[in-house]
Amino acid sequence: MSVADTPGPSRTEVEDLLRELAPRVLGTVARKYRDFDTAEDAVQEALLAASTQWPTQGVPESPEAWLVTVASRRLINMWRGDEARRRREDAMFAMEPRSGADVPRADAAPAETDDTLLLLFLCCHPTLTHASAVALTLRAVGGLTTAQIAAAFLVPEPTMAQRISRAKQTIGRSGARFELPDRDGWRGRLASVLTVLYLTFSEGYASVDADALLRPDLSREAIRLTRLLGRLLPEEAEVAGLLALMVLTDARRAARIGPQGDLIPLPRQDRGRWDRAAIAEGVELISATLQKGAVGPYQLQAAIAAVHDEAERAEETDWPQILALYGVLERVAPNPIVTLNRAVALSMVDGPRAGLDLLSTVDDKLAGHYRLAVVRGHLLEMAGDRDAAVTQLRAAAAGTRSQAELAFLLTEIARLRTAVADVNPPSRDPGTPRA
Amino acid sequence: MKYMLMMHTPRDMSGGMESWSPEDVKNHIEFQHRFDRELTEAGEMVFNEGLTFPDQALVVRADDKGAPVVTDGPFPESKEFLIGFWIVDVATAERAYEIAATASSAPGPGGQALGIPIEVRPIAGPPPIEV
Repeated sequence: MSVADTPGPSRTEVEDLLRELAPRVLGTVARKYRDFDTAEDAVQEALLAASTQWPTQGVPESPEAWLVTVASRRLINMWRGDEARRRREDAMFAMEPRSGADVPRADAAPAETDDTLLLLFLCCHPTLTHASAVALTLRAVGGLTTAQIAAAFLVPEPTMAQRISRAKQTIGRSGARFELPDRDGWRGRLASVLTVLYLTFSEGYASVDADALLRPDLSREAIRLTRLLGRLLPEEAEVAGLLALMVLTDARRAARIGPQGDLIPLPRQDRGRWDRAAIAEGVELISATLQKGAVGPYQLQAAIAAVHDEAERAEETDWPQILALYGVLERVAPNPIVTLNRAVALSMVDGPRAGLDLLSTVDDKLAGHYRLAVVRGHLLEMAGDRDAAVTQLRAAAAGTRSQAELAFLLTEIARLRTAVADVNPPSRDPGTPRA
Repeated sequence: MKYMLMMHTPRDMSGGMESWSPEDVKNHIEFQHRFDRELTEAGEMVFNEGLTFPDQALVVRADDKGAPVVTDGPFPESKEFLIGFWIVDVATAERAYEIAATASSAPGPGGQALGIPIEVRPIAGPPPIEV
């Protein structure tokens, strides 16, 4: 069967190609048959078939056309099922164009890039919970299998399959159409897409499991999809801002986790392990974007990440600039967590007492939130009040939901309790601000 | 055979890790990571999680309409609470006890084994096959 003399494409090469083609193929098939739900299942099966056949039999001359043909055949078979027929009728109804202007012209060239964009908007539809939207986006746009997505979220595969299937039904019932949002809906819908991409990134970034190597890298996947979105919407500054934020944050990843899965806060990271190429890319991206005007929250967070990344040593961090950026961010997108981070920056510029005063303004809004206790603890330590700092970190340890952070806080408490004043204390360390 | 191994810890945190030296905390955490890794490498780990502190625990009961009634912190009288668990798949009960003993021997202050009580419970299996 296989061509013995010429080495076939490697499994990774095939996977990369398939993930690139997946949204285009799905866009084409969903548009053609006007049944997103069944098209999505059919395309998954076509991708699976390709992933087993292509590494041994070689990639067909026109891989995209091959996938469209196989998926279409599968879709028609699925339609023959009774249940699926009912679903098709529902879907056809849901996708019925409202006016003549919405009807895709039969003679129009296949707008594959637009289809990818359509898919993203559909998968990140505001009627879905974030968890569902993330899963559906990874499958339909990212081309990951249900098994891979389940592994990424550490849930059993049937659970994930059900979540994805329900998400598609929700979209069908909501009457969402396979079309771009109109001008009125555009901002809100784009914001949903960006939120889903950011959550996907954070999910990957936050995982500190020892077995993380066995799981698909959600951060890289989120970066890939955001890059794709950036190519489709080059004029949207917040898309570029989000991409820069992800790239600049991801650049620090290798330095963030110690050999035992322990969290290493920003000021103590070995900056030699930061990814310089990624930092250069992120800095260039955010610098170019900020010049365009209309600054949004993702751009500001990216700008803050860039300032951190550009410091060769923690002591060289340009805190006044970070403080100014948090000030702008607080005005653009008021949020007590932003204030919390601004308090850290303020402490580094004007001293811990100024930061503590600012913290007291968010006591009500963040009552009982462990992050408040973490930051207050570190600022109290900077101010020299170790006992009060320990009390705060204890409250934080009882409140965190992360094992890695719990371990970190317990270590910090132990350090504070045994620290002696003459040792150069790492108390110029306000913890890692989390944007 | 699957077993659930449950680790309990005293409610009073001040009697716990908070009073240890940084070195002791570090050793304890390293022990836990190594323990989990070895169970995974042995092909015996099914699932494990650590829990948050009981400050975050709530008790929920249904009211007469089936709606949730949420009350604060459970069982204030209990001195120990569940802090983490492992589900292991092992060949024999003895192996489950052996694993539990290792978990129990996690180091505390000065590297002394803590002797943490580990509850070992067989997980209910499928019904017997009728012949």
